[in-house]
Amino acid sequence: MRRSRADSDASHAKLSRRAALLGGVQLLFMGGLAARMNYLQVDQADQFRLLAEENRINIRLIPPSRGEIFDRNGVRLAQNVPSYRIVIVREDADDVDAVMDQLSQVIKLDPEMRERALAEIKRSAPFLPVTVADNVSWDDVSRVSVNTPALPGVSPEVGLTRVYPRGSDFAHIVGRVGRVSQADLDALEDPDAVLRIPRFQIGKINVEARQESLLRGVAGTKQVEVNATGRVMRELARREGQSGADLQLTIDSKLQNYVQARLGTESAAVVVIDCENGDLVTSASSPSYDPNLFVGGISSADYNPLLESKYRPLVNKTVQGTYPPGSTYKMMVALAALEAGIAGPDDTTYCPGFLEVGGRRFHCWKRAGHGWVDLETSLEQSCDVYYYDLALKVGIEKISAMANRFGLGIKHDLPLSSVAAGLAPTKQWKQSARGADWVIGDTVNASIGQGFTLSSPLQLALMTARIATNRIVTPRLIKSIDGIEQPSGAGDPLGISENNIRKVRKGMQVVVNDRRGTAYRSRIIADDMRMAGKTGTSQVRNITAAERARGVSRNEDLPWERRDHALFVAFAPYDKPRYALSVLVEHGGGGSAAAAPIARDVMLQALYGGEPPLEAYPTADRDRIAAQQEQLRKIQPQAAINGKDQA
Amino acid sequence: MSYLEYTVKHVPTGLRKILHLNWPLTVLLAAVSGVGFLMLYSVAGGTFTPWAEPQMKRFALGLVLMIAVGMVPIWLWRNLAGVAYFGTVFLLVAVDLFGAVGMGAQRWIELGSFRLQPSELMKITLVMMLAAYYDWLPAKKTSRPLWVLLPLLLIIVPTFLVLKQPDLGTAILLMAAGGGLMFLAGVHWAYFAVVATAGLGLVTAVFQSRGTPWQLLKDYQFRRIDTFIDPSTDPLGAGYHITQSKIALGSGGWTGRGFMQGTQSRLNFLPEKHTDFIFTTLAEEFGFVGGFSLLGLYALIILFCIASALINKDRFSSLLTLGIALNFFLFFAVNMSMVMGLAPVVGVPLPLVSYGGSAMLVLLLAFGLIQSAHVHRPR
Repeated sequence: MRRSRADSDASHAKLSRRAALLGGVQLLFMGGLAARMNYLQVDQADQFRLLAEENRINIRLIPPSRGEIFDRNGVRLAQNVPSYRIVIVREDADDVDAVMDQLSQVIKLDPEMRERALAEIKRSAPFLPVTVADNVSWDDVSRVSVNTPALPGVSPEVGLTRVYPRGSDFAHIVGRVGRVSQADLDALEDPDAVLRIPRFQIGKINVEARQESLLRGVAGTKQVEVNATGRVMRELARREGQSGADLQLTIDSKLQNYVQARLGTESAAVVVIDCENGDLVTSASSPSYDPNLFVGGISSADYNPLLESKYRPLVNKTVQGTYPPGSTYKMMVALAALEAGIAGPDDTTYCPGFLEVGGRRFHCWKRAGHGWVDLETSLEQSCDVYYYDLALKVGIEKISAMANRFGLGIKHDLPLSSVAAGLAPTKQWKQSARGADWVIGDTVNASIGQGFTLSSPLQLALMTARIATNRIVTPRLIKSIDGIEQPSGAGDPLGISENNIRKVRKGMQVVVNDRRGTAYRSRIIADDMRMAGKTGTSQVRNITAAERARGVSRNEDLPWERRDHALFVAFAPYDKPRYALSVLVEHGGGGSAAAAPIARDVMLQALYGGEPPLEAYPTADRDRIAAQQEQLRKIQPQAAINGKDQA
Repeated sequence: MSYLEYTVKHVPTGLRKILHLNWPLTVLLAAVSGVGFLMLYSVAGGTFTPWAEPQMKRFALGLVLMIAVGMVPIWLWRNLAGVAYFGTVFLLVAVDLFGAVGMGAQRWIELGSFRLQPSELMKITLVMMLAAYYDWLPAKKTSRPLWVLLPLLLIIVPTFLVLKQPDLGTAILLMAAGGGLMFLAGVHWAYFAVVATAGLGLVTAVFQSRGTPWQLLKDYQFRRIDTFIDPSTDPLGAGYHITQSKIALGSGGWTGRGFMQGTQSRLNFLPEKHTDFIFTTLAEEFGFVGGFSLLGLYALIILFCIASALINKDRFSSLLTLGIALNFFLFFAVNMSMVMGLAPVVGVPLPLVSYGGSAMLVLLLAFGLIQSAHVHRPR
């Protein structure tokens, strides 16, 4: 392929022109570089030479102070207190080992800490301070300060450390902070430079973690001039950071303290919700642990017992734990049937003590049977057969849809860690999750809150609040951020027929206040504070036919892990609901015996805003209650001592 | 004129070729590398280990390679352009799939003791490919849309692969070098004007959108751009380097502190003092005179390359020489701008001076191509 000579010459001429042009641009740019070099090295040389010879510029981050956390009445739940530490800067120390030896003659150095500091010094940038001694006394600080000339690169620093004055009572709400780990950094898309400050603390769990961005604040910077020994000569420039936002929770710390004390060592959970606005007034999970142990790094001697305890103190049972709701689920079945028009409140079912479905016998908890039962009686005496029958007529889909409307089987948006969704099972769910068809027996089990059904104590309290108000109450934990009130959880009307829901409330009222009700022993006497509730007992084991023939074992005869969970949900006052609550006692036995008494004590405490008068209790119980109150009074001041700071 | 059009009778053959190498250029390259050895020796505190000695060995190897490449007829390299280009693209894909992750980016393939960094090679093979393309394309078709689209694709594919590693610095260099070659080949002005306007418009739109409900980037991405443009907003990251590097430069003054007398660079202020920031050591120890001299050496290299391209009537040879020279220019221009606080910190080494094996070998290989073009030019 030959091209004409003219064509070739033309293109070569063009190439030459453009080459010359591009070459010119390149030379021009190099001229610019030379001019810049001239400016930096000749015109401004004096200024830079001074900086280089006499001083060195150091830029340091000023960590922001973390926002504090308060309860609804302004009691401090998480605060920052000053703590002193000794740090060393590698580029100022030169020979780190020699300086460390010097330092150990001035103050006592923990050898393990020293090892760790040496390792950290190797890893981090030469200008970053590394801690060699933490939480040192004021005496040590002054000793180091006096000896500064002999200790190049060593300086005392004051920092803020997080303290939880209320100790274990709020571990499952406020959570805790800890040292920033590599995992924390990896989880972030764009980690803030402040996180790389040694010993900076980051929220690890619950509110501290979920509201990290609000609580952390923004770091400031300062440019300092330091001389050859590392002493700061002057500050050149400073850009202030912004401290984190203060959070006010909806929790009432007084009630929370009481509930934790009342639960004692029991493995249990209590949630109290304000029916009006969804405020979580109390969310107690027991046993709990002291978050202060974790702040500086927990020792394995402290950690292992927490990890190994069968009562699982590290688990937040209120939102993370899910349990079969047992008979507390019956309200959902009843409302599903009433709303679908399948059963009326006065329709009766005969309970012979069991129901035969598909060749299998489903027993009522009462072997002898309840006889003819209507809606109110069925709730009052918690007749199982009535609900087996009802559920078969309504079908599982309608029941689960109703449960969803009341907040069961739905993950609620709360700033807590591992909030569980629970489960209101459907045919489709079983098909996709278990790969099996829904069978009729599943519906029967679900009707009494057994089988696949799972709810957290939070969900059960919320369900009760929605029954009490017929509104879509949503839970709220953050009351205000830096004094700005957050949206209330009072929701729109739920849309259940007022007639139907009133029947269910009436049924719950007689559970507690009628002589034959399952929670009659836990009633409140004061007329304007009457409580309505529902007991629940959920099995954690199968009862075999053989065992039933022998006679079902009593809970007390079983090992702890195999006993039933005890549940109770309630709202009060019956006529004008103010609080809704749920109580769960893990493997506590029957709901009426183990959970309902706790519910009554907590409800009274909430309604009276403190210790209730004995007159609120039935006469027969007063002596026992008085003794119990005496006992609890002894525990509670201790909580108050822990919290030195009473706002 | 294409090599098919001239007789090869006058082209030197055999070992006589050595006499016809571009010797002034070779001497200049050795001089720049010599500056590099000196600086690496100084940075290491007056010892040949760990940097100066391996760097010298690599330079010797590179020099031999350069001459070897220079002896091979340029038409052979022209015929290999396509293979080289697609081979490197394949390697880039391989890096993406099997490459090692270093410094947070996926860049090289481990081949025994040798680390292959295909993005380094890509800068050269892209120039080869484009030069061969414009040599083949009749001049009058150069500015037709379809024939502009094809080289654009040739540039965009490797740029995208490099960007994915992610290595923004190299991606920008690839685009600049590719664009420069299209300009040299005679693509019409209007295309460059349109691209420049569109780019400017896009940048303006992105920045205008900040703070409005339809903003085009996330907030943290904007903050990254901020620190990219103004490093002082990130005082412990990029800003730290720039502040220290400016102090080192400034404290050098007119004639510098003298060989091995620099304090700033020896005090571990700069973690990259033997690679990307090596110019600060030179400028501190030899002052403005030293820095300017190095710049002068670089300028001479560029000028010799342009001169060699202009006297060469073979279109492929001209384009290849100019393209490689442009690449070389971009290297040191970006590095020096960064060190002097004129450009954001991106990982681009100072060519032939910074410590680094694969960069030096690839550069000398590229200069081998320039030598080959010079030796085998039509006479």
